[in-house]
Amino acid sequence: MTKDTENLGRAVEPVRREPFDFARWWDRVGILVVLAALVVFMAVFAPNFARIDNLLNIARSISVNAILAAGMTFVILTGGIDLSVGSIIAVSGVVAVIAAIAGVPAPAAVILGMVVGAACGLANGALSAYMGLAPFIVTLGTMTFLRGLAYTITAGQPIVSSALNFRDIGNGYFAGIPVPVIVMAIVYLVAWFLLERTRYGRHVYAVGGNPEAAKLAGVRVKRIITSVYLFAGACAGLAGVIFAARVVSAQPTAGTGYELDAIAAVVLGGTALAGGRGRIVGTLIGSVILGVLSTGLILMNVPFFTQLLIKGVVIILAVAIDSLKQRTFSFRLPLFSRSAPPRS
Amino acid sequence: MTPSPPPPLLRLEQVSKRFGPTLALNNVDFDLHAGEVHALMGENGAGKSTLMKILAGNQPRDTGRILMDGKEIDIRSPRDASAHGIAIIHQELNTVPDMTIAENLALGHEPLTRFGTLDRRALGRQASEKLARIGADIDPQRRLGSLSIGMQQMVEIARAVSENARVLVLDEPTAALSRAEAQQLYQLIDQMRASGVGLIYISHRMEEVWQLADRITVFRDGAHIGTARMQDITPPDVVRMMVGRAMGDLYDHPPRTAGEVVLDVEGLAGNGVGPVSFTVRAGEVVAMSGLIGSGRTEVGRLIFGSDPREVGTVRIDGRPSMPSDCVDAISDGIGMVPENRKEQGLFLGHSVEDNIAISSLDRYVTAGVLHSSTIHAAVAEEMARLRLRANAIDLPVKSLSGGNQQKAVLARWLLRDSRLLILDEPTRGVDIGAKREIYEMIDALARAGKAILMISSDLPEAIGVSDRLLVMRGGRIVCELVSDATSEEEVMFHATGTAGDRAPQGHGDPQ
Repeated sequence: MTKDTENLGRAVEPVRREPFDFARWWDRVGILVVLAALVVFMAVFAPNFARIDNLLNIARSISVNAILAAGMTFVILTGGIDLSVGSIIAVSGVVAVIAAIAGVPAPAAVILGMVVGAACGLANGALSAYMGLAPFIVTLGTMTFLRGLAYTITAGQPIVSSALNFRDIGNGYFAGIPVPVIVMAIVYLVAWFLLERTRYGRHVYAVGGNPEAAKLAGVRVKRIITSVYLFAGACAGLAGVIFAARVVSAQPTAGTGYELDAIAAVVLGGTALAGGRGRIVGTLIGSVILGVLSTGLILMNVPFFTQLLIKGVVIILAVAIDSLKQRTFSFRLPLFSRSAPPRS
Repeated sequence: MTPSPPPPLLRLEQVSKRFGPTLALNNVDFDLHAGEVHALMGENGAGKSTLMKILAGNQPRDTGRILMDGKEIDIRSPRDASAHGIAIIHQELNTVPDMTIAENLALGHEPLTRFGTLDRRALGRQASEKLARIGADIDPQRRLGSLSIGMQQMVEIARAVSENARVLVLDEPTAALSRAEAQQLYQLIDQMRASGVGLIYISHRMEEVWQLADRITVFRDGAHIGTARMQDITPPDVVRMMVGRAMGDLYDHPPRTAGEVVLDVEGLAGNGVGPVSFTVRAGEVVAMSGLIGSGRTEVGRLIFGSDPREVGTVRIDGRPSMPSDCVDAISDGIGMVPENRKEQGLFLGHSVEDNIAISSLDRYVTAGVLHSSTIHAAVAEEMARLRLRANAIDLPVKSLSGGNQQKAVLARWLLRDSRLLILDEPTRGVDIGAKREIYEMIDALARAGKAILMISSDLPEAIGVSDRLLVMRGGRIVCELVSDATSEEEVMFHATGTAGDRAPQGHGDPQ
């Protein structure tokens, strides 16, 4: 560009910064404050909570859900949803265990599980992006289908293999840290790098922010949409392998309802269900909050039924805060509010 | 006649409204009599829609009084507005297309049987009565969405009438109507005026305002500029009041010289338009004019690869450009500012930086990693060029004014350094100051050797900003005009394909 186009125009719009903006503050640190409060509370009231071995246990127990939630974050950032990840856990676990029993070496069995998950995700993504079907419906369908597939392959019975060659990915330790925790850390590093440091990540946000504008700005929207489901599927496949390793068996019922925990972690972490807004770090914190909450409540001997009550309230509270900060005039529906009061 | 005239039906005194840094309404006065059509005109951003939102109860006013029949009233919600007999017919209709006409008409106060269930018979009967009152002959059991936009609007007016509206605000009601439908609407407006309803008529069409209105009020930049009876004022007066200066110098630019052909379109067709053939040279601004639906936007989208082509060739700098999607078009050196900024142009919740950088990210990648600081600096440079405040770079783009939002979309292609820019309605919804800046930038871009294809519905703008004009009608380019040697009448003649009250002047007739 030459000098001709420099310094056009005159008017400068004053941009006022609000002295304190709750929304921005909450976006940045709100969820961390919740986590810190929760940890302090548990450290004080839950016996043995603050012991290293317990903290490592929490880390291990959240790893499956956290890995699922990492993939789910990509999907939700594009404005989609993936209900099938829980069923993918079962299918990939079953396939990996059967392969291991058939003599496939451990690393290959693990990768096979991931590939199976990625293939399921690819189907979700292609159906959503290229057939234009609603992701909610597509993944509701594949959720049911894949669960059925897991039951069919196993004839409804768990396949137990006490000599499972990849059991260490669920139960082992490396340098004193549980292996699934290390795997989780790697998944989050990769996810963070993709979202924050690559063009791909910006495109994911763009698709969620406004698909039409993204298309006209030069984003291959369909490809991006397909890829996030593929990534979510691969994450679910990996989670399925870890789950199978931990229980040292292939369970056709594995992962039932896990998709909802993953969604809860994502939303707790501040990612908008409408897409385009959120952070992968938030998802990790969201998963930790859910994990700390359940472990702490167990340590405090809170009955399981009550735990569910508390978890439900926490999720709704988190979303309520999220929607409160989004509050604008747009929540009014002129369609209905325009009419006069009902006549008697 | 009573000795002292009755108070006006509706009166606004010193009403102000502020949105963040912008004063959308600055102590405006406005009054409306029963049985009157009062036209409200002004540029986009003049404050018309803010006034409308206050009357509708969608936004509270900050200061000032609203009086009805001389008594002060308070409008805090749409329900209040409706209770006071104020109804608004928005450009975007507030109806449910999948429900029947009868159901739409009864929305919010459906008749019930004594068992508390919906009384379908009464519903149909009431609907027929309501439609009869406005003289519309439509079957109330039809699905609303099956009607034309004009008929849907009639249904909405019928609803307002049935709610005993005393003040009816119509926001550009004929924008989407055919000529026959508009005539029907005019009749209905006359009817309502005769029955004592006060109508506020917002429109950008001069001839329509002169045909319908009794009085006219002009707003500019949130201020009340003047009110006059129609017989005391002429259209040029109104334009002057609206823009605050004579129109000429708004578009003024020194003469430009065109260079090599950048865009060469030959026999291009698809998406229901074409075939069209034309060229745009470096350093040249070519405007595409024509009525809505004449295919201007479609041509832009065919070139940009956002709609599939059927036949034809497009060359950029002599190289064929055959994009299968926008990604290819962008790498061929084409940039497009789409028609609808908010729906197609921007990521409203994302930062200004992200909005500007999105199409150029591939230039700032090494080994897969984005250079955040380089991007930041490059975006800041483009923002400075366009006089976008630097501290806005991290703010969500939705917090900017319409003009600055448009600059952000433009900055996207400046950063990309595209050879050809397709600007579809580049100043729609932009205030006059930003308009001027956008015109200056278009001129500067042309001088820097860009080829610019501008699609505009605003005739003075299309003529004033461009070097050449392509007029489209029915998906074809019907003629090419030299901007310095044409007039609005001549363009309209070609765009409509019908002679007006006088024969068109030939080429070379100066303005």
